[in-house]
Amino acid sequence: MKQQELEKSKEYKYGFTTDIESVRAPKGLSIEVIKFISNIKKEPKWMLDWRLKAFSRLKNLKEPDWQKPKYPKINYQDLYYYSAPKSATDKPKSLDEVDPKLIETYKKLGIPLQEQKRLSGIAVDAVFDSVSVATTFKEELTKKGIIFCPISEAIRNHPELVKKYLGSVIPITDHYFATLNSAVFTDGSFVYIPEGVRCPMELSTYFRINASETGQFERTLIIADKGSYVSYLEGCTAPMRDENQLHAANVELVALDDAEIKYSTVQNWYPGDKDGKGGIYNFVTKRGLCKGKNSKISWTQVETGSAITWKYPSCILKGDNSVGEFYSVAITNNHQKADTGTKMIHLGKNTKSKIISKGISAGFADNTYRGLVRVSSKASNARNYTQCDSLLMGNKCGAHTIPYIENKNSSANIEHEATTSKISDEQLFYCNQRGLNQEEAVSLIVNGFCKEVLQQLPMEFAVEAQKLVGISLEGSVG
Amino acid sequence: MLDIKNLSASIEGKKILENFNLNIKPGEVHAIMGPNGSGKSTLANVLSGRKGYTVEGKVYYEGNDLLEIPIEERAQKGIFLAFQYPIEIPGVNTNIFLKTSLNAIRKFRGLKELDALDFLRLVKEKSKKLKIQEKILSRQLNVGFSGGEKKKNEILQMTILEPKLAILDETDSGLDIDALRIVSEGVNSLRDKKRSFLIITHYQRLLDYIKPDFVHVLVNGKIVKTGSSDLALELEKDGYEGVSIAK
Repeated sequence: MKQQELEKSKEYKYGFTTDIESVRAPKGLSIEVIKFISNIKKEPKWMLDWRLKAFSRLKNLKEPDWQKPKYPKINYQDLYYYSAPKSATDKPKSLDEVDPKLIETYKKLGIPLQEQKRLSGIAVDAVFDSVSVATTFKEELTKKGIIFCPISEAIRNHPELVKKYLGSVIPITDHYFATLNSAVFTDGSFVYIPEGVRCPMELSTYFRINASETGQFERTLIIADKGSYVSYLEGCTAPMRDENQLHAANVELVALDDAEIKYSTVQNWYPGDKDGKGGIYNFVTKRGLCKGKNSKISWTQVETGSAITWKYPSCILKGDNSVGEFYSVAITNNHQKADTGTKMIHLGKNTKSKIISKGISAGFADNTYRGLVRVSSKASNARNYTQCDSLLMGNKCGAHTIPYIENKNSSANIEHEATTSKISDEQLFYCNQRGLNQEEAVSLIVNGFCKEVLQQLPMEFAVEAQKLVGISLEGSVG
Repeated sequence: MLDIKNLSASIEGKKILENFNLNIKPGEVHAIMGPNGSGKSTLANVLSGRKGYTVEGKVYYEGNDLLEIPIEERAQKGIFLAFQYPIEIPGVNTNIFLKTSLNAIRKFRGLKELDALDFLRLVKEKSKKLKIQEKILSRQLNVGFSGGEKKKNEILQMTILEPKLAILDETDSGLDIDALRIVSEGVNSLRDKKRSFLIITHYQRLLDYIKPDFVHVLVNGKIVKTGSSDLALELEKDGYEGVSIAK
């Protein structure tokens, strides 16, 4: 490898692409393209109609522009809305039939599918570009009545569930990017946990962006029926690209009576180079509905990648006594920008929410926490606790905390705490004097700073996340 | 072990150490005493590598030019500084800090890194000797520690990291009599033929417990008098002025 390439690959460990031939929809956004996607997915008519409804709605919507990080105008007619590995048009029946190149890509990413089954105990619904290529652990889940499959498959095989819940948390009229997703989403995961079932394993999906200039529009729907429990992990890495890539996923969670959903994300998409060139635009809509009483939804996110991260995983606490949680670490380095936080909408009685947000900013980066706590007039005895901590490294980065609180019920109890601190030279010297080099010292201090959030992650993810936290900030102190 | 030759150090144009000379052989315990502002802490800082000083002269550590070695490498090579004001690091668990530090140093020395279990066993044993309550070790590093707890924690780190040259910067200040005795015992238990100590202090009382081989009196950045441990008693009686005038 040439020296320069070596340097580049060091900068972004997962920056490589595979040369699998892609099937692409024609460039641009049109009724024809939506029909193309629906057709290639062998969707029933109701699904196509749903998409077209979203598309017609889209024409009346404008991109929101209230966020802090601005971005160059996106030409939506210049994107490809569907791109799939060719081998997937003839869906593989087992792992042996999967394109060996794909398997190789996963191996580079540290996800050896072949061994995953045996070693990690995680069921993986791997998404390469837009089509799910392999689903493992199906049998064990099937025995319990759990459905874990690509959403395209669920649309064909479980239309009654999809019809009932798709768009029930994020309506197709919601906002520009969510509506765009509704019109052109390609694939994603579908999970249904039946009544009273505790999912025996962490469900996990690895998303990956591949073909160049392809916007990624993932769609995920998770339904936890009465008294069930599921923990879902989402992790992302992407190959290196010079063109900015748009990612506008929609994730909907529905928890019925006494059900609990834990949704964890480690997001490590290509953040652009040191000078801010390239990188992913991650504009995601994630929303959970605590529909039933005593239900609980917990979001945990570790956001280290993307040029721009713009997302607010939220909870609508509709059921009485329901609980919403949001634990977040957002790390921005070099020229990365993040505007992230959550919305906790208290509708039911005795609803509780907790927000723990840790923002770390280094280099020239800008990090904003933006959160809404809304207590409706009927939500008596609602409680919220919010803690927002920011850590700055160097003096060219920014950290902002923008909490919105709307309270219409006098019995509510709402707390907000915020701190801003800096890693001091004294702290670094102390660590150095104990034998730790600069990077080890930063990693230790930053991991300590986000400990409360990282310990919410499932064990195997927590270890990965800790390493990622260190890697993301490499070179950020002189 | 350590050979300091004509060391001068200044900060923001102000000269603090001037033509300072000192030679420490393996196994020796040297005490540096001096009034406020005499340059005691600067000496500790320069030896451990703290930034911000303009330094001239030479310092040889085990025959190598110490001033050229990065801070963490000095620590890995066996130089330990017990801080006068130990630094608080919020969020970082004391045990995890100590384990990370120990393993960084062990790795450098070509030793196997300790796993959590072995480490906890080691900490338990060492902290018991220093009468440190184990529960403070699961707290954030130095956060909310009393003055005495902070100093004891420094000595605990020293006994675990087993340095070749330990520099104690006013470890005795802020300690009550009992803590002073325990800390001194910790230091004494580490004394052997190879390990050297540089003990910086204002007061003679620490030297009641830790008998130094040499006592140096530092005034205005220079050693004005060197003697045996009796010199400390003289100082206590006559004060620094008495000693420097007598010179």
